[in-house]
Amino acid sequence: MANSPASAAAKVDDSRFVRIDRLTKRFDEVAAVDDVSLDIEKGEIFALLGSSGCGKSTLLRMLAGFETPSVGSIYLEGNDIAKMPPYERPINMMFQSYALFPHLTVWENIAFGLKRDNMPTDQIAERVETMLNIVKLKPYAKRKPHQLSGGQQQRVALARCLAKSPKLLLLDEPLGALDRKLREQTQFELHNIIKKVGVTCVLVTHDQEEAMTMADRIAVMSEGRFKQVGKPNEIYETPSCRFVADFIGNVNMFGGTLEVDQPDHCVIDTMHGKFYLDHGITGTQDMPVSVAVRPEKINLQRDPPADPQYNCLRGEIADSGYFGSFSLYRMNLASGMKLQIQITHTERHGELFQRGETVFATCAPDSLVALTT
Amino acid sequence: MESRIGKFWLGAGYVFLYLPILTLIVFSFNDSKMVTLWGGFTFKWYGVIAHDTEVVDGFLLSLKVALMTASASVCLGMLAAFAMVRYKSFFGRTAFSAHINAPLVVPEVITGLSLLLFFVLCQRLFGMPERGVFTIWAGHTSVGMAYAAVVIQSRLLEMDKSLEEAAMDLGCRPFQVFYLVTFPMIAQALMSAWLLTFTISLDDVVATAFLSGPGSTTLPIVILSRARLGLNPTVNAIATITVAVVAVGVLAGSLWLNRQERKRAAEQAAAYREGTLALAS
Repeated sequence: MANSPASAAAKVDDSRFVRIDRLTKRFDEVAAVDDVSLDIEKGEIFALLGSSGCGKSTLLRMLAGFETPSVGSIYLEGNDIAKMPPYERPINMMFQSYALFPHLTVWENIAFGLKRDNMPTDQIAERVETMLNIVKLKPYAKRKPHQLSGGQQQRVALARCLAKSPKLLLLDEPLGALDRKLREQTQFELHNIIKKVGVTCVLVTHDQEEAMTMADRIAVMSEGRFKQVGKPNEIYETPSCRFVADFIGNVNMFGGTLEVDQPDHCVIDTMHGKFYLDHGITGTQDMPVSVAVRPEKINLQRDPPADPQYNCLRGEIADSGYFGSFSLYRMNLASGMKLQIQITHTERHGELFQRGETVFATCAPDSLVALTT
Repeated sequence: MESRIGKFWLGAGYVFLYLPILTLIVFSFNDSKMVTLWGGFTFKWYGVIAHDTEVVDGFLLSLKVALMTASASVCLGMLAAFAMVRYKSFFGRTAFSAHINAPLVVPEVITGLSLLLFFVLCQRLFGMPERGVFTIWAGHTSVGMAYAAVVIQSRLLEMDKSLEEAAMDLGCRPFQVFYLVTFPMIAQALMSAWLLTFTISLDDVVATAFLSGPGSTTLPIVILSRARLGLNPTVNAIATITVAVVAVGVLAGSLWLNRQERKRAAEQAAAYREGTLALAS
């Protein structure tokens, strides 16, 4: 379908499935997407994560063909598709509002794209049947979209996209229109269907949980640029900068300066105390460095630790919340900073700390991350 | 107490609005030449107008002009609405927008007079158009188009833009997007715009009076000229038929819309219940 002579001429020797090359989109001189490059492998689920206005939707719309890039190229299997109109691209998109055609039945909605390809009628019927089975909506084939619940509508939208066997599937906030309870269930269902079909997928979301559970890799976006690209656990455990550490999950961040820097360890001095990290950061003496630690990587104890020189903070419990499987504490440090701590209850009668208690917060050298940008 | 006052004013309002029409209907069955004196019940005025060629011709002409006006207004109004909704910036957009809305606020006398002067000038320069059906149609369309544009514009604005994008995404070329998705979506608005311009054209007197020529007298003009010669029960009969047709049409239309709306709401509620049940199990 995409192999017109013109696009064949633009073919580049490239084995990567989707290649986004130095893509920029400007609206009235404001860059919504700013010089972004990315490779996506075949069969991968890739998430663009960011808050609203970060450029993730613009990037997705350029992949779909609704926006033309100001600069740069998009290669799909080596063919430059950046200037190809949406109706010629072997790419289908599931819209946030689902955009189901209200005047057509479920069956007709799914068949809509196939009819545009002039597929023979019996093959269309067969294909629609297959799709209805995949999304488990066979009994609903004759209904109109408004006769379906939100979750069912979403599955029709998915079936309609997948019916044309696109090379690339685009999902715009796929769970955004569903309520909380339905989301968790749908999340896994959607992931399973996409993996079963084996289609390469790019999804856009502002919900980090959604991105983490659905995607193989995530790009965290801000102001039109990628802040970090990596697997969900890489982004969570080894954030590359303060923005990512702060954006994904909860984090305690201490600003300080680099005191000792060795290949196998470093020491960072902050106004709250000194931190010993089990990795070097190849920086210069006294350069500003932040130390980040996740709330669940902190331990609480009533007695001072044996070696209170490093990674130990003394303070008073300011708030405590019991959630059953874990407790959340907020602790006032002498420096005035509030520390967030999450303690998982692995024992039935484990320790609980009360408000006003003086405690010591400690953390292991390998649970700390040094951030220079 | 308060509700009684409210009911009184409501009743007064209804009397003010409908008593004259009711009187008109009652007196169309009056077996007397005198419009204000009751002389017994009769259908004879209805028989009289059926054989009155001036009335029948006027009615047929009105119908013809209204059909032509409504169709032309919807076509032009749709184009104007598309231009306004889809293209947020083009040279002269503000002026264009003002031009679309101008016929709604410019007094019809002015519209009629200016069109008359224009057509007279055209006739002197090019020898056409003759004043008649064409000029009436052109005048009505210039006003009707504005109404149609407003109605269609509001529907286009509330339409989910991603529907058209989805159609394009699924392989529709721009023209296919229009007739497979956009057109069915705005069909109802096109229908209301058509009916609205149809009725506007059907009962227009002012512009028509300027633009009609010899031998092209529409029904409202006939009624007006007869009423000027003195009240006549045939006028009552014509008016009664018009009222009956309009009332039946409007009532049937709103009942049908109401039912569709209720049915849709019920189906939506059922789908939602089913969804929650499926989630619980």
